Amino acid sequence: MDIEVKNLRKNFGQTAVLNGLNFRVASGEILGFLGPNGAGKTTTMRVLTGFLAPTSGQVLVDGRDLLDQSVDVRQKIGYLPENNPLYPELRVFEYLRFSAAAKQVAQPDQEIRKVVAGCGLRDRVGQGIGTLSKGLRQRVGLAAALLGNPELVVLDEPTSGLDPNQIVEIRHLIRDIGKTRTVILSTHILQEVQASCTRVLIINRGQIVGQGTTAELTTQAAGRRRVEAIIAGPEDAVCAALQQLPGVASLEQQVAPAAGETAVALEAEKTRDVRRDIFELCVERHWPLLELKVSAVSLEDVFHRLTTEQPQSVTATTATPVTVPAIPHS
Amino acid sequence: MSPALSVYTKELRGQFFSLTAYVFTVVFLVTSNWLFFQSFFLFNQASLRTYFDLLPWYLLLLVPAVSMRTWAEEKRQGTAELLLTLPIPEWQVVVAKFAANATFLAAALAFSLTLPISVARLGDLDWGPVIGGYLGAWLFGCAYLAMGQWISGLTSNQIVAFLATIAASFALLVSGISITLASAGPLADVLYRLSTYTHFQSVAKGVLDLRDIVYFLSLIGLFLYLNVYTLIRRHWR
Repeated sequence: MDIEVKNLRKNFGQTAVLNGLNFRVASGEILGFLGPNGAGKTTTMRVLTGFLAPTSGQVLVDGRDLLDQSVDVRQKIGYLPENNPLYPELRVFEYLRFSAAAKQVAQPDQEIRKVVAGCGLRDRVGQGIGTLSKGLRQRVGLAAALLGNPELVVLDEPTSGLDPNQIVEIRHLIRDIGKTRTVILSTHILQEVQASCTRVLIINRGQIVGQGTTAELTTQAAGRRRVEAIIAGPEDAVCAALQQLPGVASLEQQVAPAAGETAVALEAEKTRDVRRDIFELCVERHWPLLELKVSAVSLEDVFHRLTTEQPQSVTATTATPVTVPAIPHS
Repeated sequence: MSPALSVYTKELRGQFFSLTAYVFTVVFLVTSNWLFFQSFFLFNQASLRTYFDLLPWYLLLLVPAVSMRTWAEEKRQGTAELLLTLPIPEWQVVVAKFAANATFLAAALAFSLTLPISVARLGDLDWGPVIGGYLGAWLFGCAYLAMGQWISGLTSNQIVAFLATIAASFALLVSGISITLASAGPLADVLYRLSTYTHFQSVAKGVLDLRDIVYFLSLIGLFLYLNVYTLIRRHWR
């Protein structure tokens, strides 16, 4: 299922929540929708699932307007809304049976058995939803979203409120789903995106401020390389010498693991491989180099930069966002 | 199972699991029985006339208690988002919810059948007007249910839905009583035709008039339409 979002705007009264979103999701992608709280993620999810209509703009599903064929499209979408609302008075199997019937699933019992097994709910099907723990409820919500083998699965903050083990399980599950289906996932947790998504869209104040794969975003948007090193040498001398190296933009001293050692994290321009310079410096000064690595978690920095600065689009993919003329209010 | 039927069964289950609906049903049954038998032996007539005369006032409390959760609870729980993104047309969801509420009301009224059964054992009861009265009372209640369901769709607070439905039902009922009509002046004729009270008069006598049936069905249609309209409005740009 291909989804194309054209100049999507949504106002609630005088407040503009979405300010002209343009993006595409191709079949088989796991798209991460990343943004700080209040950036417009949930509103986008609601528009994509047809719960809300945009103020202007269009969502095209396989080339046809979502709102023109709302019920048909809803048939193909599995949705886990924010906060995972469920009917607490129903038992797990009753709820899944209701969802299957509502979605007109061809072989409901077989399909229910499949999602129950997939979401690890086999021992819980007879339990009342109201009595389940948050993690189990989340799985019930996911199971219901997956019923009927939907072509598109939209998950709004699927791991919020779960413990670390449950988070890992749900992420595995999402990756499995993504092998055969299109997944759109909204989150404000960076690790989630890195763990599950093939592509990321960063949204802030209702606008897309960056998009690409996590690797593309971190390297291209940052424009710098972050290197961490532990050197056995006097702090002051080591820091001063490192700062003198060509291409080093910033240096941050970190907690040293042992006395007589110096731990630093530095950002250097990508054009020059600062690791060689560090190595040569250590050799020259006779400082044993204990550890040297390129840090992988700079998506955090990108996210921070993109969502705190004034919106300035960073596009790292070859597929550039589609820009279409604004559609007037009707 | 069709999608609409699945919503119907889910709603009915929700209604039968709702404590408030039970409490109001019990209160309705106890008070209606007690008040009826207080005067029954004085009149010494095998008739349910006094019961049907008071029935609109009992339903004034029972019906809003049944209808209040219909949408308000879905909104509070957030399940409305779930329900309205399932591939079921909005009008089918509205009708299924209404049908479930109407079934619950029918069950509550069925529990009060102990009254005519008791009376029939004590004297010679004419069952014709009783059956007519029950059917009419159910239709009357359904009209209020439809209104309550629409009002419930306007709020996410059950208590607000409950009170607003009572107020609206009371206004529709009280506009037809003689004291209002006497002081309404030129509006009296309009109020007479619009009030649920006047249309219930012949029902109370056990007469099912086609005009009354059409009136109650129109009210049901109007409020269900308004309910669908409030749901579809979220799709307006």
